[in-house]
Amino acid sequence: MAAPEAAPLAARAEAEAARGGAGDGMAALLLLLLLVAAGPGPGPGRADAERERRDALREELLLSPLPTGDVAATFQFRTRWDADLQRGSVSHYRLFPKALGRLVAALGVRELHLALTQGFWRTRYWGQPPLQAPAGAELWVWFQPTVPDVDKAWKELSNILSGIFCASLNFIDSTNTVIPTASFKPLGLANGTDHHLLRYAVLPREVVCTENLTPWKKLLPCGSKAGLAVLLKAERLFHSSYHSQAVHIRPICRDASCLAVSWELRQTLTVVFDFFSSGQGKKDWSLFKMFSRTLTDTCPLASQSKVYVDISPKNKETELLEVSPPPTSVHEAIVQGDRKTYAVYDLLSPSLFNTSRSLNVQLKWKRPQDSSEMPIPTLHAQRYVGGYGLQTGEICTLIYNTHPYRAFPVILLETVPWYLRLYVHTLTIITKGKENKPSYIHYQPAQDRRRPHLLEMLIQLPANSVTKITIQFERALLKWTEYPPDPNHGFYVGSSVLSALVPSVTAMKDVDVEQSPLFTSLFPSSDGSSYFVRLYTEPLLVNLPTPDFSMPYNVICLTCTVVAVCYGSFYNLLTRTFHVEEPSRGGLAKRLANVIRKFRGVPPL
Amino acid sequence: MVAAAAAMAADEAGTGGLGCSVSVRCFPAPRPRSLGSRAGAERCPRRAGAGSARRPVLRDHRRGAGAAAVVEDDRDVPSCPALRGHRWARPAAVRTSVTSRYEMRYRSTTGQEEAALAAATAREADAALHLLQDTTLGSLTMYVVPETSSLLPQGINVYVGKHRSALVRAVGSLAALQARLREVTQLMSFTATSIAAALSDRVPDGQLSPDARRYLKSSLGYEITFSLLNPDPKSHTVDWDIEGAVNRYVKPVLDKLSLVANFSVDSQILYYAVLGVTPRYDKESSSFLLSAHSLPHVINPVEARLGSSAASLYPVLNFLLYVPERSHSPLYIQDKDGAPVSTNAFHSPRWGGIMVYNVEAPASPQASLPLHVDVDMARVMEVFLAQLRLLFGLSREEVPTEFLLEGPGNEGLADWELDHLLWAHTVENIATVSTTLTSLAQLLDKIGNIVIKDDVASEVYRAVASVQSAVTKLSLGHLHAAFQASKEAVTSSERAFFDPSLLHLLYFPDDQKFAIYIPLFLPMAVPILLSLAKIVRETRLRKKEPTKMD
Repeated sequence: MAAPEAAPLAARAEAEAARGGAGDGMAALLLLLLLVAAGPGPGPGRADAERERRDALREELLLSPLPTGDVAATFQFRTRWDADLQRGSVSHYRLFPKALGRLVAALGVRELHLALTQGFWRTRYWGQPPLQAPAGAELWVWFQPTVPDVDKAWKELSNILSGIFCASLNFIDSTNTVIPTASFKPLGLANGTDHHLLRYAVLPREVVCTENLTPWKKLLPCGSKAGLAVLLKAERLFHSSYHSQAVHIRPICRDASCLAVSWELRQTLTVVFDFFSSGQGKKDWSLFKMFSRTLTDTCPLASQSKVYVDISPKNKETELLEVSPPPTSVHEAIVQGDRKTYAVYDLLSPSLFNTSRSLNVQLKWKRPQDSSEMPIPTLHAQRYVGGYGLQTGEICTLIYNTHPYRAFPVILLETVPWYLRLYVHTLTIITKGKENKPSYIHYQPAQDRRRPHLLEMLIQLPANSVTKITIQFERALLKWTEYPPDPNHGFYVGSSVLSALVPSVTAMKDVDVEQSPLFTSLFPSSDGSSYFVRLYTEPLLVNLPTPDFSMPYNVICLTCTVVAVCYGSFYNLLTRTFHVEEPSRGGLAKRLANVIRKFRGVPPL
Repeated sequence: MVAAAAAMAADEAGTGGLGCSVSVRCFPAPRPRSLGSRAGAERCPRRAGAGSARRPVLRDHRRGAGAAAVVEDDRDVPSCPALRGHRWARPAAVRTSVTSRYEMRYRSTTGQEEAALAAATAREADAALHLLQDTTLGSLTMYVVPETSSLLPQGINVYVGKHRSALVRAVGSLAALQARLREVTQLMSFTATSIAAALSDRVPDGQLSPDARRYLKSSLGYEITFSLLNPDPKSHTVDWDIEGAVNRYVKPVLDKLSLVANFSVDSQILYYAVLGVTPRYDKESSSFLLSAHSLPHVINPVEARLGSSAASLYPVLNFLLYVPERSHSPLYIQDKDGAPVSTNAFHSPRWGGIMVYNVEAPASPQASLPLHVDVDMARVMEVFLAQLRLLFGLSREEVPTEFLLEGPGNEGLADWELDHLLWAHTVENIATVSTTLTSLAQLLDKIGNIVIKDDVASEVYRAVASVQSAVTKLSLGHLHAAFQASKEAVTSSERAFFDPSLLHLLYFPDDQKFAIYIPLFLPMAVPILLSLAKIVRETRLRKKEPTKMD
């Protein structure tokens, strides 16, 4: 395997950034502070003030028109709790949901990321998502180093989460769990990245629907009764091209000095509405058209409640679109390498609801937009199954770097179920017609019915290039009980994950993470020259040789019938008594014959 | 789950488990006369021969309430019972086959006890005596004081202390005293009804009072969740110092109960959680009313928000504090007669309790919203702790007027109440184990080819061994050891019963095997049946016309 120096820059930078740039001695200091805090409690006068700011909820909605004419709506609800979930036998929850808090405390979870997604984010056409998730269910968890048996805790955790979110996460077992070494680094505060504490699983077959949304909404302090969550109406959300809901729990720094830990629960939900086809070619939209609701009041528990609308001018032209009502303010930021302009509606500002009782953000295009040029994201990827027949095949991944002059490395994580037998010697990586040697490869072969293949590679992508990665596989024959219902539908192979620090075209300036919009802050950028991107490719659907499941029963039926018929006639032969029958007056045929004979004048029989 | 009728906890709530609300009757304590004790002792019928001025002390080692019916013959009470044992036995519950046996020992008081009993009041004497006793679980000490003793107030003949002791005034004949001692023993350990209540799931309906089904089932642990429901956060910001309240009021009780089970406590605040019933507006009192018959419908919609105990398998006890929304306050609960409930709270059997906490309307209607509310935790916890006692079956039963029960004090329950709980839970655990093992045996009988793994088998053996040792220890009166053994038995039997390999559905049922072979059996059966029919027809014909045979 590769040298540890090859440990991916991207992930390391990411972890570093989350730590807020604090040194390594921070961990020891933090422990000391916690010990002090556990001592005598604050006085009664301070207790109130303490309680005031112990937990906070920030909610926001980002509406961004996509290049294709669709509209993406991203909700983020962040509950921040200035308490240490790991210690203390008695826990008193206010805004933080008790179910998740208890889970974190009981199972020694350091970081938890769960995403349930229906549909696929088309990065090539829709651009870089604020937070992408693979189709189906994705769960990755970092455990505390104190957890004695990580596998047991992981199993228990997935079962409990399955119960909380009504998802089939209980199907996560050793056959679809991997331990990535480089791709997934803690997003929050962490003082060690021993990847044995990490577990990652994807269930691409999972179908996400209302029953998953309802428990997700229940975790919000205001439920769906007030605030932005009023818009979360299931029948509209699932009438969309893409729906992804996620829960992220991580420890973060309490303040800039980062001496104490806070816990952050981030609930995100992304929907993409297709207005181009449903709106007769018009790209105009409004909140009411999308959600069939408007915003009427704020959640009284939220300390921040904002709606952002992406009104960035394209190609430096004059503004083509117009939002109404007029926004409270305009915010400019550089998000994922692009200069963006947002119209901001602050729901907590009293002026907003003064004029009208409800807020219905509308966007109109001033003149039809020529949709000929679409901005192509710097990094995007594509994956498909090649080959023919039911014996062998080939997984092809194409990774595009469209940056005009900068090369950058990307970590590719590929998880393939054991019933596709990968041949590593057939792995080829070709860029611009030449072989591209990965600087780091971690391959863990599968074991039948025990664990999947895991392939992690660090690949350098030259500027303006396409990299093609192919690997051949053979399809295994399963036992007849191992086939899922409807096996002819095919077997899913989960999305592969691309993590990269993409160099930015425009320079970014350092901003206060706490004050910037939430959608920018899950992956904070370490420096101004690059930004972190995690992309997921399409899940694959592979056909496996499937037996005729009714065959045994058919055989039983047929043989039984033959045996029964033989038996019947044999039995008849054995039991029948034969005796000579006296000719009687005859049956119908004889009488008919006699009538005919009578007509003919012949003597009857 | 909560379809069960919510019973009113109004009366019990008043008797409170808190230090601040104990129902101690205060009385002027007369000074004990210096010679009074001797005078009393001389009149004491139990006086030991060696002429001491000591009061005889009745020590009662109660012996087991075993699940197996162990009845020993009543031995005649010796003429001089001092320092001799005495046993009596009787069935603990007529309808359950549990019998109980008490072992009594009599002795004289020691000098230290004498000094302790010279205290001014019964309570002081109880506290002083507590230091002298050996506090074995399941044993009781009763001190018989002379009739003229001023230790007990006028009209009170029995004083039950906070620990495992009682003071009994020697009034009337020896037989009457003995009867009274038995009565006190039962009160302080278990009665027929408490054992029947512990077995309530196994006793047919109709034989039990509705209260019996209120008690929580015995479990290895319980989770206690306090939830503050604030359906109207726009008008009320409610703050409760639950952390302090738990430490001050709940913790002492749970520390004491930790012998019985593991407890975990947490709390949460739920916003926009409304009751399932719209309260009725009452014009006369200009308040809103929830009538008793609508209470069962209150819990269900709330329960969906409470969140399950995902991280553990222990039963959850929910205590909800409901701050009614501004448009529905003040809100009062009415009992069946239409009178408002003084505590404004009710409980649901085996589930928990709900208390409605009304917010005082601001003096001026222009007061800015949201209104800040600080919950008076002492008032709330008083109710919740009373409900907790009730759910554990620790409600004080009706006692004769001559009995005086000491309040449980800050710890929420007296030592003998803990014993009471342990007796009941041990019997219930043993019954649970026998039910579990019986149904496991039934399952194994039903599926002939089931595979029993070694670990399952060893769990079953362990459960049987533990339950046997629990029964033996129970009949010997070793309460603590018996309880531990019964807990182990429950753990082992549950682990065996819920082993995933023993799933009924894993095995191919026989009727389906037969169904698969129907294509074979059916065509083969046709000629057989036909020929059978033919044989029957022919025999019948033959019988009808026997002459034709010739």
